[in-house]
Amino acid sequence: MTLASLTIQLLNGLASSSALFLVAAGLTLIFGVTRIVNFAHGSLYMLGAYLAYSIGATFAALLGPGPFAFWGGALLAALCVAAIGALIEALLLKRLYDAPELLQLTATFGVVLIVRDAVLALWGPEDLLGPRAPGLSGTLQILDRAVPQYDLFLIFVGPLVLIALTWLITRTRFGVVVRAASENRTLTSALGIDQGKLYTAVFALGAFLAGLAGALQLPREPANLGMDLATVADAFVVTVVGGLGSIPGAFLAALLIGFAKALCIALGTVTVGDFTFAFPKLTLVAEFVVMAIVLALRPHGLLGTSPAMSPTTPLPEHRAIVVAPTRRDRRVAIAVFVVFALLPFVNDDYALVLAIDVLIATLFAASLQFLTGTGGMTSFGHAAYFGVGSYAAALAIKHGVPFAGALALAPLAAFVAALVFGWFCVRLAGVYLAMLTLAFAQIVWSIAFQWDSVTGGSNGIVGVWPGEWFADRRSFFALTLVTVGVAYAAIVAIANGPFGHALRGARDSPLRAAAIGIDVRNRQWQGFMLAGAFAGVAGALFAFSKGSISPETLAIPRSIDVLVMVLLGGLNALFGPLIGAAAFTWLQDTLARVTEYWRAFVGAGILILVLAFPQGLGALGRRLRRR
Amino acid sequence: MSAVLEVIDLSKAFDGVQAVRNVSFSVPAGELIALIGPNGAGKTTCFNLINGQLVPDAGVVRLDGKRIDGLPPRQIAHKGVSRTFQVAATFASMTVRENVELALLAHARRDGVLFERRPAAWHDRADALLARTGIGALANIHCATLAYSDVKRVELALALANEPALLLMDEPTAGMAHSMRSELMRLAVDLARGDRLAVLFTEHDMDVVFGFADRVIVLDRGSIIAEGTPDAVRANAQVQAVYLGPDEGA
Ligand SMILES: Nc1ncnc2c1ncn2[C@@H]1O[C@H](COP(=O)(O)OP(=O)(O)OP(=O)(O)O)[C@@H](O)[C@H]1O
Ligand SMILES: [Mg+2]
Repeated sequence: MTLASLTIQLLNGLASSSALFLVAAGLTLIFGVTRIVNFAHGSLYMLGAYLAYSIGATFAALLGPGPFAFWGGALLAALCVAAIGALIEALLLKRLYDAPELLQLTATFGVVLIVRDAVLALWGPEDLLGPRAPGLSGTLQILDRAVPQYDLFLIFVGPLVLIALTWLITRTRFGVVVRAASENRTLTSALGIDQGKLYTAVFALGAFLAGLAGALQLPREPANLGMDLATVADAFVVTVVGGLGSIPGAFLAALLIGFAKALCIALGTVTVGDFTFAFPKLTLVAEFVVMAIVLALRPHGLLGTSPAMSPTTPLPEHRAIVVAPTRRDRRVAIAVFVVFALLPFVNDDYALVLAIDVLIATLFAASLQFLTGTGGMTSFGHAAYFGVGSYAAALAIKHGVPFAGALALAPLAAFVAALVFGWFCVRLAGVYLAMLTLAFAQIVWSIAFQWDSVTGGSNGIVGVWPGEWFADRRSFFALTLVTVGVAYAAIVAIANGPFGHALRGARDSPLRAAAIGIDVRNRQWQGFMLAGAFAGVAGALFAFSKGSISPETLAIPRSIDVLVMVLLGGLNALFGPLIGAAAFTWLQDTLARVTEYWRAFVGAGILILVLAFPQGLGALGRRLRRR
Repeated sequence: MSAVLEVIDLSKAFDGVQAVRNVSFSVPAGELIALIGPNGAGKTTCFNLINGQLVPDAGVVRLDGKRIDGLPPRQIAHKGVSRTFQVAATFASMTVRENVELALLAHARRDGVLFERRPAAWHDRADALLARTGIGALANIHCATLAYSDVKRVELALALANEPALLLMDEPTAGMAHSMRSELMRLAVDLARGDRLAVLFTEHDMDVVFGFADRVIVLDRGSIIAEGTPDAVRANAQVQAVYLGPDEGA
């Protein structure tokens, strides 16, 4: 590493952190006022980039390329995104301000799915690289290296926006109102402020910042369909590190993470004795390490106040009674098992394939139900453990481990991943926890995606077949049925045993749990690991059932799929995971045959369900039962 | 004999508000001590400092002669301090029996066990405790659906599952009918006299305080202003002033 390369990388890191800061500042601003964490913030960023591409191109075609086409296009794109943000707020979020936060987050995730498919439909799957910025397309010689002028420009954008936002918040009437609303929600209505308009305005401002960041990023990074989740995960890390609700905190955190990544790249490949570290591969891990250190030292982030500022609205289901399994439940379970066991005798290969999918999804959903229902910990990244399990099994097979060993290794690997990530997650609660789980899942995804030599990168791993015994589909079905049956029974038994009750007790009343001598944090941590391990089993079965895996196996949308299954089936319902998984798998299968945009339909379905039942689907269940 | 609980010069401030100031007292085994005072006097804060929910700014808390201040609540619970909360806290999704079972399991440090082979044994122990606290009939009812006064009684059962040496009750009879109040307090007396528990409770109902406490400690704005037998405290002019206001008290 030379001074020159370090300097260049630092400048590069600063340029990247500007965009990140803009996104995170918008996110934190919206959260401060509305108390909603907008999972679709990365989608707004993505929209900014795509819109800037198209608007810029249109302007260039009409008026000829030049500064106006570029800057005008970027600004108009950001304004369009602001309008879209205002629309989302007015049509969707406005109805959800009193809803439990799990549903708010899920709803904004529905928006993510819809926006992604809309972008796919409008712009296609290809990456779109924008034109260079007129007037800033050259480079500057710094320490004998060429630094893009545009990067230097971006470096100033971050601080400029910070100053502008600070001025807006401390010096204007709008800022006074925003601060009042952030600190005390009842105060604003007492002051006679139109809360509805304020929320829409703040959301539009946050969306504008995200759209602007996306538009300005276009000359450096092509617009692509992965931008949304990658960006929102990064922004989550920045907001958690900076402290939720703190704009200067977001700025500091963006700088810190930008520097850490730059340092990794600048270090290059270092050889110590026999070991060779390729640091550039570790940029994601660097982000993780920064977050780990900050959260270990300051659980509320660099400049955050205590998480008490984020009062959590639990789902009514978290307050509802839970009835222990009865004899009748056991009979139903046995009957279901028998029906599944008879399936191979119906000579329908397609039904068998679908049944395997349902069974695997059921176990996956049961593991998340254990975490989110019994444990009260909302995970938006449960696919990470599913994926770690499937990668572990696939890699084991590729390295000559026998089938049984590979199957056993999967839960172990997922357990270890959950052990590491869970340690951080159980130190946070509510939306913090949800953000962190998503950020971790995105990190795991990126590792699977980038670590070509081990994970096969975007191609994944092919030829992951179970041993001879289970090569036949029917015998593999039998294996899946027995494994899922035993694991499901184990989860139910644990949930209704001492450990499960301790976990649920900690969920119902952490205060009471501690007062009777329960180690709340440790139990939650252990619950996290268990849920991860069971998800790992499901992941391994998945890998063997498909014969191949790819980063998509553990991508965020899969985390949302499973969350939707759990919400569909009910957080506390004994057969919830089975019902949710069956309904979802069938629906997905049906939709996927009609349209490639089935995820958008899932997103729309989420929105409709959440809007119709803002207090959770448990309400639907209760209403049906009363009939 | 030495006291079960000894509190020495305890202080706690919340950004600017001195909630508890140099408070010292002790609670011997077998006695019921009432901690009284107007709203905001610092009673609940004292409880929170004793059971570890809050860390004192200064002062010492000793249980059976050993320091417990600064320890987390779960460790203090295992050392023999149980409490009820002013706003009753139970496990709403569980039945009353499951609540008590969990407390028993936690006390036996078996709350981390994944599969329990002999659940019936815990049932029986829980039922015995429920019978003792007079809520055996509620065993299969979920706490979320109980009346508030019953939730308070479940809390007491939870507190006893711990086999405590010290029982802290924060307004145990709030929200209860009159007859139920006396019943509950008689149980508390029974626990003190029969099981040699040290009992410290706060209470706004003066009939309960003067009817059942062996000694009364009066807090006002974080400081102890009087301490003694119920009769002595009742006659104390300063106490009357605090409770009735300076004009009427005179
Ligand atoms: N967690 C806290 N943060 C800030 N201030 C607090 C906190 N807990 C208590 N206080 C303040 O400390 C003072 C004492 O409160 P405390 O709850 O101990 O009173 P109390 O005697 O129990 O009153 P009450 O009879 O109403 O229950 C009050 O001024 C209260 O506002
Ligand atoms: Mg109180």
